[in-house]
Amino acid sequence: MAKLIRHEGIVEDEWSVLRFPAKEEPLRKQAGKPVLFKLTGEASATPDEIANLAVPEGKTIIPLPLWLARSDELAARLAAATLGVWIDSHESPEALAGSLDDLNRFAVIAVNFPRFIDGRGYSIAALLRTRYGYRGELRAIGEVLLDQLFYLKRCGFDAYALRTDQNIDDAARRLRDFSHPYQAAADQPLPLFRRQARGLTA
Amino acid sequence: MYQYDHYDQTIVNERVAQYKDQTRRYLAGELSEDEFRPLRLQNGLYIQRHAPMLRIAIPYGLLSSRQLRMLAHIARTYDRGYGHFSTRQNLQLNWPELARVPEILELLASVQMHSIQTSGNCIRNITTDPFAGVAPDEIVDPRPYAEILRQWSTFHPEFAYLPRKFKIALNGAAQDRAVVQWHDIGLDLIRNEAGEIGLRVLVGGGMGRTPMLGSVIREFLPWQHMLTYCEAILRVYNRYGRRDNSFKARIKILVKALGAAEFARQVEEEWTHVKDGPSILTQEEFDRVAACFTQPAYETLSDQVPGLNARLAQNKAFANWVRRNVHAHKVPGYAAVTLSLKKTGVPPGDCTAEQMELVANLADRYSFGELRVSHEQNLILADVKKADLYELWQQARLGGLATPNIGLLTDIVCCPGGDFCSLANAKSIPIAAAIQRRFDDLDYLHDIGEIDLNISGCMNSCGHHHVGHIGILGVDKNDQEWYQISIGGAQGNDSSLGTVIGPSFAAEDVPGVIEKLIETYLEHRTEEERFIDTLRRIGVEPFKARVYRGTRDNKAKEVVNG
Repeated sequence: MAKLIRHEGIVEDEWSVLRFPAKEEPLRKQAGKPVLFKLTGEASATPDEIANLAVPEGKTIIPLPLWLARSDELAARLAAATLGVWIDSHESPEALAGSLDDLNRFAVIAVNFPRFIDGRGYSIAALLRTRYGYRGELRAIGEVLLDQLFYLKRCGFDAYALRTDQNIDDAARRLRDFSHPYQAAADQPLPLFRRQARGLTA
Repeated sequence: MYQYDHYDQTIVNERVAQYKDQTRRYLAGELSEDEFRPLRLQNGLYIQRHAPMLRIAIPYGLLSSRQLRMLAHIARTYDRGYGHFSTRQNLQLNWPELARVPEILELLASVQMHSIQTSGNCIRNITTDPFAGVAPDEIVDPRPYAEILRQWSTFHPEFAYLPRKFKIALNGAAQDRAVVQWHDIGLDLIRNEAGEIGLRVLVGGGMGRTPMLGSVIREFLPWQHMLTYCEAILRVYNRYGRRDNSFKARIKILVKALGAAEFARQVEEEWTHVKDGPSILTQEEFDRVAACFTQPAYETLSDQVPGLNARLAQNKAFANWVRRNVHAHKVPGYAAVTLSLKKTGVPPGDCTAEQMELVANLADRYSFGELRVSHEQNLILADVKKADLYELWQQARLGGLATPNIGLLTDIVCCPGGDFCSLANAKSIPIAAAIQRRFDDLDYLHDIGEIDLNISGCMNSCGHHHVGHIGILGVDKNDQEWYQISIGGAQGNDSSLGTVIGPSFAAEDVPGVIEKLIETYLEHRTEEERFIDTLRRIGVEPFKARVYRGTRDNKAKEVVNG
């Protein structure tokens, strides 16, 4: 089993992440450079790919398009708490929120970072926590590196599947890079100026 | 100016520790080049042509003499004894050693400074009017708002990996000196009819490859909502801004694609969810920050200074300097003074460690120990007694800081260009120097009058060439450096974008072209007209015709601009 950071501890990960099989995609270029990102709202998979993807037994985190298309068939898995869902950086948290009366019926929701410089996942997490009332495990997957952990935590993540080459023993420290951040965020709804009496004498 | 409390200090100290560890891991091979890049950029560290370049944040351009002395010390110890003040009111060092940057950050932290978010795809240094707090036309002092935005944007967890860089500017005066129309977010502080303070919100301005003026998306936002509204804008941008093409990733492209009205609608929709949340500013927090920007202990003085007029009549050099470098102040008997960093032969914005120390001393002696950096790359002592002007001038002159050229042709705004910057297509400093040499006659310079000449070494427009009355842009043609010239750009309340006059020129031809543009103006101007006024009256054609007269390119021009 792979290792996972949950809160600040290292645990064995009992979940597996189901992805669409990798396929040859034609290299797209913009201004002479390869395009690294999908645009927000772009399709993730074809209807066939969605219909043909088998969901294995055991605790499984499935892609959002699969959940949106096949939620009826997966209802029992959801009730048995063996189903999670993951959302990609170009996908819509609104669609996820609209697909279920209460997102907390998911034991885990994961947000994928296709590349660590893709910052959309931070907004997705913030929305799931602050707007759509999700209180369960919110997990960062994909290109998750040590130096993102503090920001991820602040946006509401509480579990992190670090890329395998990262020094997992360093994670707890990285989650505490700063002790008194200025802004309100998902992990701390009050900005510093409402949390602390500020001033030169403090 | 703003004084750090325990929390501010803790944040910069923790940043030093964090970056020290990141640098260590990079040097040990634990962080790849690609992974270290955004980390070092968000600390202002570029890898340049010769060496790394470190961009030190000077929040909204405000510095104390103590901080400037530290910058001098750093420039001397870790660099080659000078620094470059940039068009974003920051200071750039061109030769620091990557491994020693953490030491520099430690020294900066000891004087309440840092280099946080001076580069990278995040919210950059907040800029504002260099005459904030002293300008006679000021409506609202923007500095407390700028500091509150600085704190909010520092390590904002949701907006550290934006599609592209993000710049916010604030203006609180009748005349906009903060170029708010050219920023990703421009905020105009205004009062409504009830006298309440609010913000006019502009979004989507920017220079670069696709220059665009910002669009107003809200006419009046109560000041308490400044942070929640910015959050809404940034969230829409972070989610929907293009990431597939870095040339199209700025918010201006999103605003243009959606249309300003639709973009505004999305922001307002997002804002309804966050507007009444805890990030609404409190009067208490505003007062705490604003208390740092109270008026210094001005003396009650007459605006008439005995002997000053006689001095001005007798000493032409002093009079020239007063005319160009001394600015009105809202308090009688005081003036704001620009120390020019545009001496002929010195790269615009460059300042030696000795000059920094001299300026620190002058600030202590004449201006309550503080100074400002202007986006035109000069230094400003904002609170000088008029009675001290003559003495100050003499001392500034000894330090090479009294060139009486503020607002004139040789007060050139210029990026470091191809001599230093690895992005540049062409050199810009030698072009500035050649123009300064060509127009070295002070009487002629004063006769030409006010004109903004801006030079950028590439499309990234760090030298703001789009808004120069004359703009020069370095371009690369078949691996050779060429210069494209535009005229008619302007910043301020009547902002406009320059028009390219035709095919580009080789470096050695640029001063001659500028001369022809100036001659055309001198021939056509009326008594009171500045260069830009004449140009706007008679149009671009007479200037073009003069520049390309008799050249083969005259024909090519028709095709290019056809």
